[in-house]
Amino acid sequence: MNFTVRIWRQKGPNERGGLVTYEAHDVNPGMSFLEMLDGVNQRLLGNGEEPVAFEQDCREGICGSCSLVIDGIPHGPDRGITTCQLYMRRFPDGATITIEPWRAKAFPIIKDLVVDRSALDRVMQAGGYISVNTGGAVDGNVLLIGKDQAETAMDAASCIGCGACVAACKNASATLFVAAKVSHLAVLPQGKPERTRRVSAMLEAMDREGFGSCGNQYECEAVCPKSISVRFIANLNREYLRAGIVESGIPSEPESPHAETT
Amino acid sequence: MTKLHPKIPSGPLESKWDRHRFSEKLVSPNNKRKLTVIVVGTGLAGASAASTLGQLGYQVECFCFQDSPRRAHSIAAQGGINAAKNYQDDGDSVGRLFYDTIKGGDFRSREANVYRLAQVSTQIIDQCVALGIPFAREYGGQLANRSFGGVQVSRTFYCRGQTGQQLLLGAYSALCWQIEQGQVTMHPRTEMLDLIVADGQARGIVVRDLVTGRLSVHTAHVVVLATGGYSNVYYLSTNASGCNVTATYRAWKQGAVFANPCFTQIHPTAIPPGDASQAKLTLMSESLRNDGRLWVPVTAADRRSPGDIPDAERDYFLERRYPRFGNLAPRDIASRAVKAVCDEGRGVGPSGYGVYLDFTGVIEQQGFDVVRERYGNLFEMYHRITGEDAYHSPMRIYPAPHYTMGGLWVDYNLMSSIPGLFVIGEANFADHGANRLGASSLMQGLADGYFILPYTIGHYVATATLPPVAEDHAESRAALHRVTSRITRLLSAKGRRTAASFHREVGRLLWNHCGMSRHEAGLKTALTSIPTLREEFWKDVMVPGSGDAFNQELEYAGRVADYLEFAELLCHDALHRQESCGAHFREEYQTDDGEPKRDDARFAHVAAWEYRNGAAPILHKEPLTFEFVQPTMRSYQ
Repeated sequence: MNFTVRIWRQKGPNERGGLVTYEAHDVNPGMSFLEMLDGVNQRLLGNGEEPVAFEQDCREGICGSCSLVIDGIPHGPDRGITTCQLYMRRFPDGATITIEPWRAKAFPIIKDLVVDRSALDRVMQAGGYISVNTGGAVDGNVLLIGKDQAETAMDAASCIGCGACVAACKNASATLFVAAKVSHLAVLPQGKPERTRRVSAMLEAMDREGFGSCGNQYECEAVCPKSISVRFIANLNREYLRAGIVESGIPSEPESPHAETT
Repeated sequence: MTKLHPKIPSGPLESKWDRHRFSEKLVSPNNKRKLTVIVVGTGLAGASAASTLGQLGYQVECFCFQDSPRRAHSIAAQGGINAAKNYQDDGDSVGRLFYDTIKGGDFRSREANVYRLAQVSTQIIDQCVALGIPFAREYGGQLANRSFGGVQVSRTFYCRGQTGQQLLLGAYSALCWQIEQGQVTMHPRTEMLDLIVADGQARGIVVRDLVTGRLSVHTAHVVVLATGGYSNVYYLSTNASGCNVTATYRAWKQGAVFANPCFTQIHPTAIPPGDASQAKLTLMSESLRNDGRLWVPVTAADRRSPGDIPDAERDYFLERRYPRFGNLAPRDIASRAVKAVCDEGRGVGPSGYGVYLDFTGVIEQQGFDVVRERYGNLFEMYHRITGEDAYHSPMRIYPAPHYTMGGLWVDYNLMSSIPGLFVIGEANFADHGANRLGASSLMQGLADGYFILPYTIGHYVATATLPPVAEDHAESRAALHRVTSRITRLLSAKGRRTAASFHREVGRLLWNHCGMSRHEAGLKTALTSIPTLREEFWKDVMVPGSGDAFNQELEYAGRVADYLEFAELLCHDALHRQESCGAHFREEYQTDDGEPKRDDARFAHVAAWEYRNGAAPILHKEPLTFEFVQPTMRSYQ
């Protein structure tokens, strides 16, 4: 098979980028999309040109490194897979394929198709954890967790943090990402003590990092390589609403109208 | 010359670790604040260690080459994690997990280390549950278990086919907490390129910022390497493409001895290799062997489609050769059995390198839905890659390099032969002997990081004299110079061949001569070919761009340069070990029916290699003594 690929090239964060056309020849239908790109790069190297920078690591759909917008869709035309799990037999021979990076304010481009997704890590650092020291944990069977509950937590926890949801959203929102983490931990008894603080802190961090807000268009679910459902966003909203009520708790001392202000 | 002291505590096996912990010196909380620990790598071992050390009060500087600590390769582990919980009441115990692991490793690991691993295994599960890891549960709410190869009890905990992912995200979340608390400073997209040894102690590292290309020196009181294994030396493996030997190899060149490099695990069930463009081999979880049956046609070159071959003309070769364990024979044994039938010309698929893994039986007995629930994601993955539907025709599988039992030598405290350099997880050699059992790598990574290193590191800093080391210390400058000159050399070769082409070539050489089976002549051939290839690399490699920018080709070429040296060490070790044990199969040493012949009289030792500049490495032997178990011929028949 032969393909024409139009690839976004950009030397650095502050440089102007643009689409450059290359030919991919002798592609075997059993090759993965990334192996096709490897081939393009080997030829570029052979001509003394700089290869296209793109991210990849495990090549089995779990590490969340690969991050290509293929013909306008993050991770390409098939549902429920990452870019590295896309195979060339999926494309008609002779097709022209356009490849771009994730585009979002919170994901600045580093080079070509590589973007900086550290904003997602900072959202996690704001509260995507259970504060428990190592050691002294009770036996794993002390708190029984129903199979359905465990399965729901697992559905949410399967997020690979690739950022496709952000790339697909016209608001560049990370709501599905936050919803998955908040729901995973809120469903389990171990995550309950911190659920109130967690949801607020993670949503605040999301805003701070420059992600937009949810527009209820469900593009995120459509491109999610782990098919994480938007019902977790509904759950996130419930958690957030709940936090608003719970947080108020016992009202604080009313401020005296006679207090001196400084 | 380096002297190796394993520092194994004396006394009864069951109480060694408890007594050792009690005799260890502690560091007071306000002194911990003044101590800096470098942790390189954020897989299960690195992330769990960094977060735990942060909780204890140390200042932790943590490094990974990925864009986020959550992407370390532990994420890809599928099957599960072992623990001696005995929730199934099927006869499991700490003693049995210990025995299974030491037998599975073909009696080439230390009793004391393995016993400790089995002891802390139960704590790991509790810790992971506390961190919110959504383990599979029974309807009644209790933790579920499955079986794995090489054992007769059901002790493996799992999260669908994504156990590694969930355990890593748990450790990563604990790490996030410590980053938020200011105890851990995270340096993603930063690669360690050399180790700084000052006055005989490991005191820092040289790193390259992969975005800007800037080199910098980081000094600390202790350095911890959690940088994983080196299966990618074979080019094609189940590892992520970023996995590399560079951190441990550079430490080796600074004096840390490297133990048992030839113990490399070839996993039996990966999707068979296709054409030359292929960049990786995809693993199909070992858990599939719980229900799948391996077979090939009885006669060679039988080209009928699998459904047309009647049962009587099929050879269920694992069930035939190992009736007691059948399809759940350990990995090394299963891999060799697969290779044997393919070498007889009975392999299936276009290349003849493949055997069937058949689920017809279990689908007939228990139905599609049960199989789909258990293995749905794996069947899907298989379908995507091969375009074939394994519900209706059997999968084809072939062995692939997967894990490395060898690694930097460490003592009972997980400290290498360089004081102050600790090595944890797959990067060390300690617990799996000559072969690792399934679901034991996650167990070991977390045991080292959560429960062992945090104790032993305290004793070291409490007892060692650690004078300040400035960032411009002579040794730091020397290390920085080594790194700079290598990068310059790589960039200035300006040759015609890509780093990938050299990687593929050294990988093929190793796979042919130091892969699933090895013999003296082949190893000697490899040992003469590797230096030639290396010379050609430095003359003819082509690395475009510059060193002070984001340059993936430069990163890769540096790693390939290290494979080209490390491959030689691997072959030296395989040549020295004139016996067959575990994953190391020397053709000269086998029984008449093709079973490996171990030689306890001559080789019941750890082979630990010391680097010598410009000469063959020096071999140190750490004798393995067995006080509590009797090494037996490892039989799964």
